[in-house]
Amino acid sequence: MKRFLGFVKKEFLHIFRDPRTLFLLFGIPAVQILLFGFVVSQDIRNAGVAFLDLSKDEVTQKLTDRIISSGFFRQTDNLLTYNDIDKVLKKGKTKAIIVYEDNFGRNLLEKGKASMSIIADGSEPNTATLVTNYIMAITVDFNREIAGNSAGSGSLITPEVRMFYNPELKGHFMFVPGVITLILILICALMTSVTITREKEFGTMEVLLVSPLKPLQIILGKVMPYFILSLINVIVILILSWFVFGLPVKGSIALLLAESMLYILMSLSLGILISTVSKTMQQAIFISLIGLMLPTILLSGFIFPVENMPAVYRWLCTIIPPRYFIIIIKSIMIKGTGFFYVWKETLVLVVMTLIFIGLSVRNFKIRLE
Amino acid sequence: MNDIVISVRNLVKKFGDFVANDNLSFEVYSGEIFGFLGANGAGKTTALRILSGLSSPTSGEVMVAGYDAKKEPEKIKKNIGYMCQKFSLYEDLTVKENTMLYGGIYGMSLPLIKKRTAELMEKLNFSDYENKLISDLPLGMKQKLAFSVAVLHEPKIVFLDEPTGGVDPVTRRQFWEMIYEAASRGITVFVTTHYMDEAEYCDRISIMSDGKIVALDTPANLKKQYNAETVEEVFIKIARPDSPPSPLKGG
Repeated sequence: MKRFLGFVKKEFLHIFRDPRTLFLLFGIPAVQILLFGFVVSQDIRNAGVAFLDLSKDEVTQKLTDRIISSGFFRQTDNLLTYNDIDKVLKKGKTKAIIVYEDNFGRNLLEKGKASMSIIADGSEPNTATLVTNYIMAITVDFNREIAGNSAGSGSLITPEVRMFYNPELKGHFMFVPGVITLILILICALMTSVTITREKEFGTMEVLLVSPLKPLQIILGKVMPYFILSLINVIVILILSWFVFGLPVKGSIALLLAESMLYILMSLSLGILISTVSKTMQQAIFISLIGLMLPTILLSGFIFPVENMPAVYRWLCTIIPPRYFIIIIKSIMIKGTGFFYVWKETLVLVVMTLIFIGLSVRNFKIRLE
Repeated sequence: MNDIVISVRNLVKKFGDFVANDNLSFEVYSGEIFGFLGANGAGKTTALRILSGLSSPTSGEVMVAGYDAKKEPEKIKKNIGYMCQKFSLYEDLTVKENTMLYGGIYGMSLPLIKKRTAELMEKLNFSDYENKLISDLPLGMKQKLAFSVAVLHEPKIVFLDEPTGGVDPVTRRQFWEMIYEAASRGITVFVTTHYMDEAEYCDRISIMSDGKIVALDTPANLKKQYNAETVEEVFIKIARPDSPPSPLKGG
């Protein structure tokens, strides 16, 4: 045991002595969370909006005033015809254009029904989503007031949103589970595969194998520090997302940490597997980055919803471990569900971990012979 | 000199159909410097791995430091030291941290590690470098240190796998002085090398070719037997019996 602890200590020394490793371990996660956080979900303030008022009556004027005075928007333009929409949006200062139909006020009062369009700049999907949601909320509010004032049956303004946007982006904080998923697999797999191949490359692995340390102790000793540091990472990310973005964990924190440990274990065993097939550190880095980063970003459901993919990609997604962890962590963090709802995904991760460990042990033995 | 520390009887190691070690038999005595020579691919590394408990023989009897390599490789590992061509020290750790690590791995107590390290530093005149990173040391220093670390736990046998690759002649000379010193303390030194002049320093040498040991004796006897001036000549005569002796440099 003393042998083992000395070995683990040495592994920590490697980590703390290499600024690049330290940065990868702690800098990247913090930077990613903050970056994603502020880029993806920045509150709108003074977003430019323009109006195309085809009705020009008292009601439209009131609604326009209400939108402008909300504090979120600033009027950039007043359009005269539909033809100007494209031109105004292309200038880039205007995030959305609100179009009131002809006779908006009269329709609302007489027929109890009026329609307006919100045309948003879809090239910035996140801002567009936010802007339209805010305008809708203000309109609904306004609608309720009018309905309350008029004696008749409730008047209705039906805002129609014209924009392509990704429904998944509605939850502004969906990126936190995704970032945790990405960072854990990257750090664990990349770091372990690199740290083991480094020993091979420098010839120290041979010496370790000849020493009284058992191969299992060597592997455990090498991955143990990363297990501990990754767990700390998860906690740091959760705290960051809570205090900086006000996103608490809805479900059980204990369950979340337990599932994270399983996922870390899976990633570590994947890293060991990568190290058994790569001869040099470059090779290990290459396999980890190309083999893990892109699939995790593209196919795990982190950014692009799996449901919208063609069948071949959907099938590919099912063999990607992060896919399952993302489901688990989203369920626990955002929906607040318990283990009962994620046991299938958990089982898949357990099976994958066992497969990776089995393959690594087999490869390791072959190499020893 | 008569205690046998390594005893190999009819060792065979096969990889599929390929016979890497073909019926090896030899003995190494306590305190001896035993040179293990052979061209690349002759089977040196395979034999070295079996002797150090890393891999298991297909058949034959291998006893190292009193333990059976087939049944008790773990016990062998505790009684040997090992140094490979790549020096095997951690570049990003200090001299002291390296000795602490290896001492710890071999189960030495903390006071003992500290005592031995202090002695070592004094002997090598390294005291100023104790807290320097290995990466800041010159190559020759690293190499001496790697050897000292390999024998820090006073093993019965130390295996050196081409330990002097890429080192200047002066440092090699100093390195061999360290080997002699260790042997005089009773540590058996089992060394593989490409440098034929180094083979002259060994008490006995064995030469392998195609998985077999084709010669085993003291350098002097071998030279007499093959009517050669140097071990290098002996080696060339054995490795390429048809070609006339040539002044090729070893290594």
